[in-house]
Amino acid sequence: MNFERIKEKLEILADAAKYDVSCSSSGSKRTNKNKGLGDSSGMGICHTYTEDGRCVSLLKILLTNHCIYDCAYCVTRRSNDIKRAAFKVQEVVDLTISFYRRNYIEGLFLSSGIFKNGDYTMERLIQVAKKLREEENFNGYIHLKSIPGASDELMREAGLYADRLSINIEIPTEKGLKLLAPEKNRKDFIQPMQKVANEIIQYKSEKKLIKSTPIYAPAGQSTQMIVGASGETDAEIMYTSSYFYKKFNLKRVYYSGYVPISYDNRLPSIGSDVPILRENRLYQTDWLLRFYGFDIRELLNKENPNLDTDIDPKLSWALRNFGNFPIDVNRADKNMLARIPGIGLKSVYKIINARRFRKLNWEHLKAIGISLNRAKYFIVCDSRTFESKDRTAAQVKGLILGSIKSKFHHSYSNQLNLFDGQQKIIS
Amino acid sequence: MKATTFIYDGTFEGFLTSVFEVYEKKVVYPKIMKQEHYKASFFDISEVVITDTHKADRVWKRINEIASSNAKRTIYHAFLSEQPTIENDLLYLLKKLFSTSTPKLIDKDFSDQIILKISKIVKMVDREKHRMDAFVRFKLTLDNIYTAIIEPDFNVLPLNSVHFKNRYADQKWLIYDSRRKYGVFYNLIEIQTVEIEFFNNIALDKIAKEYLCPNEDAFQVLWKQYFDSTNIVSRKNLKLHIKHVPKRYWKYLVEKRGV
Ligand code: SF4
Repeated sequence: MNFERIKEKLEILADAAKYDVSCSSSGSKRTNKNKGLGDSSGMGICHTYTEDGRCVSLLKILLTNHCIYDCAYCVTRRSNDIKRAAFKVQEVVDLTISFYRRNYIEGLFLSSGIFKNGDYTMERLIQVAKKLREEENFNGYIHLKSIPGASDELMREAGLYADRLSINIEIPTEKGLKLLAPEKNRKDFIQPMQKVANEIIQYKSEKKLIKSTPIYAPAGQSTQMIVGASGETDAEIMYTSSYFYKKFNLKRVYYSGYVPISYDNRLPSIGSDVPILRENRLYQTDWLLRFYGFDIRELLNKENPNLDTDIDPKLSWALRNFGNFPIDVNRADKNMLARIPGIGLKSVYKIINARRFRKLNWEHLKAIGISLNRAKYFIVCDSRTFESKDRTAAQVKGLILGSIKSKFHHSYSNQLNLFDGQQKIIS
Repeated sequence: MKATTFIYDGTFEGFLTSVFEVYEKKVVYPKIMKQEHYKASFFDISEVVITDTHKADRVWKRINEIASSNAKRTIYHAFLSEQPTIENDLLYLLKKLFSTSTPKLIDKDFSDQIILKISKIVKMVDREKHRMDAFVRFKLTLDNIYTAIIEPDFNVLPLNSVHFKNRYADQKWLIYDSRRKYGVFYNLIEIQTVEIEFFNNIALDKIAKEYLCPNEDAFQVLWKQYFDSTNIVSRKNLKLHIKHVPKRYWKYLVEKRGV
C-alpha cells in the first residue's frame, strides 16, 4: 500500500462524501457464520463522532469525485474547480479491511461521482462489495449508493452484496430539481429505487418458501433530502418524505441542512447559516410519524405549512389540540401517552409498567424521568395538586417557553439534542 | 438491632454465595460488602464468606426458575457496576423476587425507588459496554495479535467479549483492562481470561513501537486523516462532540490523541 498516496485520496474523497449524512450501520441481519471477518447482526455502533457531533460508523468515501453532471448543490459538480481523485477497487477493499480489523468502523459506505455513465459507475461499486464479500469473507456492513440511471440487472446484483442501498432525492420538489439539476431527471433515481424495493419484497416472499434464498439488501433502502437549497416548505419536504416511505418502503429518510458551497445565485450564498434548527424539527417530525403514531396531516397542513421553530412539533400539535387534554397518566393507553409533550417512548414504557403496581403521582413521574415542566400542563395523576385548568393554550405556551428559556438558549444555539443517538430527539 | 455484614471476594459467585448465607442463616439485617470496601469496626458483626460454586449455583438456579430473562440480565449487569452499595440493592431486589406473587414483573416496578435506581445503574453499565464496543482501538503487534488496552468505568469486559468474538473470529485479539488487571484473549478457538504483568499499570496506549507491526502507525495516520476529512467545519459543535465522546475516553482514541 502506498500510504502517502492513499492518504491524499482519502483527504479528497472523504471530504467529498461527507455531505451524505447517513451513517447508519443497523438493521442488517448478516452474521459471521464461517469464522470470517465481521458481523453486522447487532445494533449499529458509532465508533466516534466528528467535531460537528455526527456519528462515525462507516468509512464513508467516494470511489471517485470525477463527475459528468453539474448539479448546482454538489461540490463534486463538473464545473467546480477542485482536486479530483479516484480510488482503485482494491485500495478501497484494503482500506476497509484494515480499518475494520482495528475496530475503527462497522463497514463501508461507498458512493461515487458518475464517470462515463450510471452503469459503468455502479459496476465499479459492486466490484468493491463483491470482493469484500467473496475474497475477504467480510460480514461487516456495506452501504452502496445506487447510481442514477443504473440498470435493473446491476441493482439486482448490488443488493446481493450490500446491506443497504440508498439513492438521494436531494431536492424535495420537481421544480427545484429542474432549477438546480436540469440534466437530471426524477425518473433516473426512481427507477433503481423501485427495482430495489421490488427485489426486497420478492426476497421476503421467496425466503418464506426457500430458506437458502440469498439475502438481498437486509438493511433496506434510504434516501436523503437537502433542506433549504430550493425554497421549499416543511410541508413539501415531509409530504415528499411520507410518500417515499410508503411507496418504496424506505427504512430512513435523512434531512440534510444545506451547507453553502457555491457562489451560484440559484442557491443560498457562501457564509449563510446551515439551517440546523430546521433540520432538527424535520427529524422530530419524521420520528413522530414513524414511532409516535402521528399522521402527517396532523403536523403539517394548509394552515400550517411550516413547523414552529420556537417549540417542537409535538408540543405544537398538543397546543393546537389543547381541548384533548389533560390526560390521566394512570389510565391513558400507550398511544395517548406518547402524544403528551415531555413524555418520550422510554418514559411511556416505564409508566405502563410502573402503574401496574400502584397509581403514579408527581414524584413517581419525576423519578421516572419525564420532563414535568412541559408535561404538567397536559396530565393529571394520583396527586391532589394540578396546574390550573382554565389556562389557554397560548398561556401554557408562554409558561413553557419561560420555564425553559435558559435551557433553550443553550440547546438551540448548540443544537445539543440534534443527533442525540437519534432516540432522544423527542420527548 | 445490629446489621450483619457478609464480606465476600468481589466475584459474582461470591456475591451469590453471600445471598445463600443470608437466607441459610436467616439474618434479619444483612449487608453484603466487597472485601476491599470493608473497614472493620469494633461494633460490627461480620462474617467472611467463602465463595462456594455449589451454593452460588443454587441461588442462580432459583433466580432462573422464577425471574424473567430481563431480570436476570439486570441482576448480572447491575453487579458489574461495582457500585459501593449495589450488593444491598440487589439483595433488596432478590428478597422481593423470592417473595412476590408476580416475580416476572419484578424489574419493571419503576415506581419503587430502589428498583428504579437499579434500572438506571444497568443503563449506565450497558452504555459503558456499548462504548467499549465502539472505542476499543486495536493495534497490531508483531506476533499478530490485535491488542487494545482499556480502563472502563465499570467491569464490562465480560460483556464485551462475546461481541468481539463474533466479530473478529479470524484474527487473534486481546483486550486488557489495565485498571482491573485482567484481559480477555481470543486465540482463534476460544476466549481465555488472562493476567499479564506487562500490561498492568501500563499507561494506556503506551504499547511501545518495537512491539508493533511496522505499518501500524501508517494505518493510524490514515484513520486520523479520515476523521478530519469527514468533519463539516461549518457545522462545528464541540459541545455535542464532547457529549458523545467524553474527554476521559480520548486516551483510547487514535483520532483524538494523534499518532
Ligand atoms: S451526479 Fe451526483 S456527484 Fe455528480 S454533481 Fe450531481 S449530485 Fe454531485
